[in-house]
Amino acid sequence: MFELFTYEFMQRALLAALFTGLAAPAVGTYIVQRRLALMGDGIGHVAVTGVALGIFTGIAPTWTAVVVAVLGAILIEVIRERGHTNGDVALALLFYGGLAGGVLLTGLAGQSAANLQQYLFGSITTISLSDVYLTMAFAAVVILVGVGLAPQLFAVAQDEEFARVAGLRVRGYNLLVAVLAAVSVTIAMRTVGLLLVSALMVVPVATAQQLTRSFRTTLVAAMALGALASVGGLSLSALAPAGTRVAPGSTIVLLALAGFAVTWPLGAWLRHRQLLHAPFPALPPDATTPTESHEVGEHPHDHGPDCGHAAVPHGDHVDYVHGGHRHAPHGEHYDEH
Amino acid sequence: MPVTPLSLTGGAVAIGGRPVLRGIDLVVETGEFVALMGANGSGKTTLIRAMTGLRPLTAGSLELFGTPFDRFHDWQRIGYVPQRTGATSGVPASVWEVVASGRLTRRRLLRPLSRADRTAITDALEIVGLADRARDGISHLSGGQQQRVLIARALAGEPELLFLDEPTAGVDLPNQLALTSALGELKSRGATIVLVAHELGPLADLVARAVVMRDGRIAYDGAPLADHQVHDPRFGETHSHHHCADDRGRSRHDHAPHVASPLEGR
Repeated sequence: MFELFTYEFMQRALLAALFTGLAAPAVGTYIVQRRLALMGDGIGHVAVTGVALGIFTGIAPTWTAVVVAVLGAILIEVIRERGHTNGDVALALLFYGGLAGGVLLTGLAGQSAANLQQYLFGSITTISLSDVYLTMAFAAVVILVGVGLAPQLFAVAQDEEFARVAGLRVRGYNLLVAVLAAVSVTIAMRTVGLLLVSALMVVPVATAQQLTRSFRTTLVAAMALGALASVGGLSLSALAPAGTRVAPGSTIVLLALAGFAVTWPLGAWLRHRQLLHAPFPALPPDATTPTESHEVGEHPHDHGPDCGHAAVPHGDHVDYVHGGHRHAPHGEHYDEH
Repeated sequence: MPVTPLSLTGGAVAIGGRPVLRGIDLVVETGEFVALMGANGSGKTTLIRAMTGLRPLTAGSLELFGTPFDRFHDWQRIGYVPQRTGATSGVPASVWEVVASGRLTRRRLLRPLSRADRTAITDALEIVGLADRARDGISHLSGGQQQRVLIARALAGEPELLFLDEPTAGVDLPNQLALTSALGELKSRGATIVLVAHELGPLADLVARAVVMRDGRIAYDGAPLADHQVHDPRFGETHSHHHCADDRGRSRHDHAPHVASPLEGR
């Protein structure tokens, strides 16, 4: 059974899976940080048109997919930056346009849906040597940029306005992340397929952050988990009993999800424990419930040095801490601060 | 003689075609502690965003440290603390990492943190009193502590001119006091500070100059006012309180143009 791993096609597939598994979460971390977890899906849909364009024109689909995915990612980023209200609707239009365009072009090229399907659901075991080199080169670029520029990319994704006042070229870095995402979508399309690409970018990050407290460990752990899921999922599908056809893309994604399912209860327990460590601050002994109303009549006493409420000097008068806020007598009523 | 940190002449800002700021002349000298005050919607946040370049001016000119804004690149001299309810994002980040991003104004690309960077980050955390929380995730901190982290992030860049947008909004009293002592420390080091505040609270002792906004113009510029004077009718808000919402609704004049229906008046 294990002799399968001595075949050259299997070794090529494992190499491609390893690099894809490392690269996709490297850029996926920034995408999740900016709360754009579905961006990879959007780029994947647009890339379908790119693949179909390759089938239609006879150019290698990997190249046309890279070009179209990068253009689509830049368009998505521009729409996101400009559009305040209808940004997500515009993105949805782009997704469906990409998918429909791909199906149309494939049909026009006289090819059956089966030809497109190997890109939609992955076909890592048929990957050629030149495609393996291409995958490794692209993955290396994504990893080097994603890790090397981590301080800048982190700052921009964390707080765009602060980054702008710090003199960072925010738009440039955002476009860079979009382009990196497009590149990792195209390399992952051979491994897990365009429809499952986003899983490899998002699920390892979601799993890692169950247990991490810092950005750096999240990034590194997500890359390790991504590589583990890719290589492990591919091996699992290869070891499936003879006679059954198990697509590597499905085992890779399901293995990644299983990792999440295992860590989630652990993460939930850790967060629960963290809350126990930081209880609510102790209230002053005489603090009343915060739902009280502020009518004069409800105050049983005039506030003063001896009333028991904490006194805070405030400009020309003194406030009293009371029911979670400061207030001061002012004529017939009370000012709430 | 030190160069003037901030000089805004004839500044105007329009958002979506509607003028929000008009005829703003403001000069802030080295070492000043200026509070921008005024009612909600008076334009104080827009003004601080215009001064940091986040809002482009539609008229007038802005000079930072004697350099016109278009040619200004000395970003390490500027610190900015945005108005923020939280400092979290989609991925965990430690307090140390968020504060370290404030050093980016002084770091070159692809270089690890230098010893000077680490010292500045540790210093900034000590000033805001969170040195013992450096390794904690920022989402585990309370809102007031997160605000202090954002201030530490700005301090880590060792700015000469610090902008703060509503640093005390929604922050409880102990955290306001911690903020005040951090800003006092910074002031004693000679930094110039411009902050937006709806209400000064414990900051009142530090503020040397108050600029009160009303309807997008500067209505008062001078010695600090007590909180009650800021709400003077001259400054656009009649004396109002949270529990008399009724008469506030009637007395407040909204300066937005009234739009009912396109067919109105036919």
